[in-house]
Amino acid sequence: MSARDDVFANIRRSLGVSGKEATRRAGVTQRLETTPRGPIPARGQGSPAARLATFITEATRVSASVVVLNNKDAVPDEVARFLRAANLPLSLKMGQDTRLAVLNWKSAGLDTSNGPSDGSDLNALSHAFGGVAETGSLVLLSGPDNPVTLNFLPDNHFVVLSAADLAADLESVVTKLKQHSALPRTVNIITGPSRSADIEQTLLLGAHGPRQLHIMVTLK
Amino acid sequence: MTLHPTTPGFKDNAHQALRDPELQKALGHVQQGFIYKRQSAVERLPEFENLREAARDLKDHVLKHLDLYLETYERNVIASGGQVHFARTSAEACETIVNICKSHGAKSVTKGKSMVSEEIGLNGAIEAAGMQAVETDLGEYIIQLRGETPSHIIAPAVHLTKEQVEVDFRRVHTHLEPARDLSEPVQLLTEARGVLRQKFLDADVGITGANFLVAETGSSIIVTNEGNGDLTQSLPRVHIVIASIEKIVPTLEDAILLLRVLARSATGQDMSVYTTLSTGPRRAEDPDGPEHYHVVLVDNGRSAMLGTEFEDMLRCIRCGACMNHCPVYHAIGGHAYGWVYPGPMGAVLTPSLIGVEKGGHLPNASTFCGRCESVCPVKIPLPKLMRHWREREFERHLTPAVQRYGLKIWGFFAKNPGLYSLATRAAMTTLAWLGRDKGRFTSLPLAKGWTDYRDLPSPQGDTFQAQWRKRQKEARR
Repeated sequence: MSARDDVFANIRRSLGVSGKEATRRAGVTQRLETTPRGPIPARGQGSPAARLATFITEATRVSASVVVLNNKDAVPDEVARFLRAANLPLSLKMGQDTRLAVLNWKSAGLDTSNGPSDGSDLNALSHAFGGVAETGSLVLLSGPDNPVTLNFLPDNHFVVLSAADLAADLESVVTKLKQHSALPRTVNIITGPSRSADIEQTLLLGAHGPRQLHIMVTLK
Repeated sequence: MTLHPTTPGFKDNAHQALRDPELQKALGHVQQGFIYKRQSAVERLPEFENLREAARDLKDHVLKHLDLYLETYERNVIASGGQVHFARTSAEACETIVNICKSHGAKSVTKGKSMVSEEIGLNGAIEAAGMQAVETDLGEYIIQLRGETPSHIIAPAVHLTKEQVEVDFRRVHTHLEPARDLSEPVQLLTEARGVLRQKFLDADVGITGANFLVAETGSSIIVTNEGNGDLTQSLPRVHIVIASIEKIVPTLEDAILLLRVLARSATGQDMSVYTTLSTGPRRAEDPDGPEHYHVVLVDNGRSAMLGTEFEDMLRCIRCGACMNHCPVYHAIGGHAYGWVYPGPMGAVLTPSLIGVEKGGHLPNASTFCGRCESVCPVKIPLPKLMRHWREREFERHLTPAVQRYGLKIWGFFAKNPGLYSLATRAAMTTLAWLGRDKGRFTSLPLAKGWTDYRDLPSPQGDTFQAQWRKRQKEARR
């Protein structure tokens, strides 16, 4: 017997089932089709303004920085402001997301380049698919628009989140994702910058991923 | 190539641990850190208790339908362009992974943190096949340098002090300036980040574990704080996921339910920093990500636990809360348990996986205080399961003769309440009289195991039974 057949046979022997029982199959099919949700915490719920306030509180708690911009057009200046304040070079790597490509990077004095990261980029920019008020998390999808390596290799990660994409809970983002298209290779749910407490339980930022996560929530 | 357990020598291991001053210093961090952080996270979420109950029910549902969800999961991995391999044993799992690595001509393999890879002894197998295996989680990296196993399932190097880590970094990172300052944890972290960055970029294969496998989509989910798991799986050409069969959940919604209790129970975070869903290899248009995606599903004794009194243990989501709250773990650390899984969850799981003959000591290393069960996010009745193992050990005459006689003597008194009351009163009065000056004993015959490490307080007031009777009488009045 193959390893696969053996494992299935052992599971079924232990459970005392054949795998053909209609009621068991129906139970499984029903759960997969109805995708019931567990208890959803009240924390993230509320009006769009309340959700935004919760998102900012929660993201800040986990050491991300958050700014709210009235308009997307303000993103390049905000990135430039952040980099200048931190004494960092005005370079920025990003993918092909048209929501980012249309912005006027030159006038902000930023030197931008496109594509995935090979590890030599200091700063990167992504556009989030969604945000989660409950935990201050961002949801990013891999692909040519937002290459996955940009989320992890650079030291400073900038993320644009449209206020309209800010959901109360992760379930809502997942529902939207299922309607949107087939899943991408990678879905990254990011809650703050990288950290480790592996040495004497001392919490330190910037383990292997970005040392700083700067979130720009755009209202329009 | 399963890791050789030192579990049969548990008693000696525990004695050594109690006499190890560096270990005792490091273990102080467990007590102070984890308990307070979890408590704060739970207090911030009024729905936590409801979530625990829903999480328990979900895992029970999955275990009852495990064959069917595994079939669905397998089908969906294949549909998204990945491959699924089943392994009955540790040896089979190692062989499968080594073969995948070889077929891609791999020289260097990076690894995210994975307890099941420790269970099957994967690093040894990869290195025996002439490839380099590099642990990339900071804690795992440190213990790999030391040739040790993890002493905790989520904080593998929790048994070490920063001074010990400094010595190891100086020993291994000889290409760096010898006069550099490494006295602070942040300097150690920065050095590891620099050294490992190149390893990530050079690797041919990346191996991660999985916190959850989602049947609905064929996705694997990893949860990390450092980002090492993501670099491990996004940069090399090949991504291999290794996971045990009970990691399956039906849907993404179910995974979210478990995520809500996982990080809070583990580190006291609401969410870990990186929660990553991986589905198949990179798409045709993708500029990065792995070209090949393999999943190796490991049984290694788990299917035999289904349908037994130990089935509840398969609900475990490996948060580590039980060991963080265990007074025995606090005293001796994880290595004394002698195999991969320490603390209360290890005391139940280890005998299931390596046999009660080798692992039978562990369920005895409990005071049955019940804290583990009270903090378990999926409500595993850990003390009850440990008691089941004690009963089995006793039935199979694996318990030493002295203990068996002791239990028989106790059993005799327990069945004769009058004698029991008399004997406890006599013992108590004698001890109270002997200890009347200091109020405690620094040594006692037959109780060296206790008094070597702490004093025994001398009895105060009346016996428990007498006090109980008095209270009952007062309550009736």
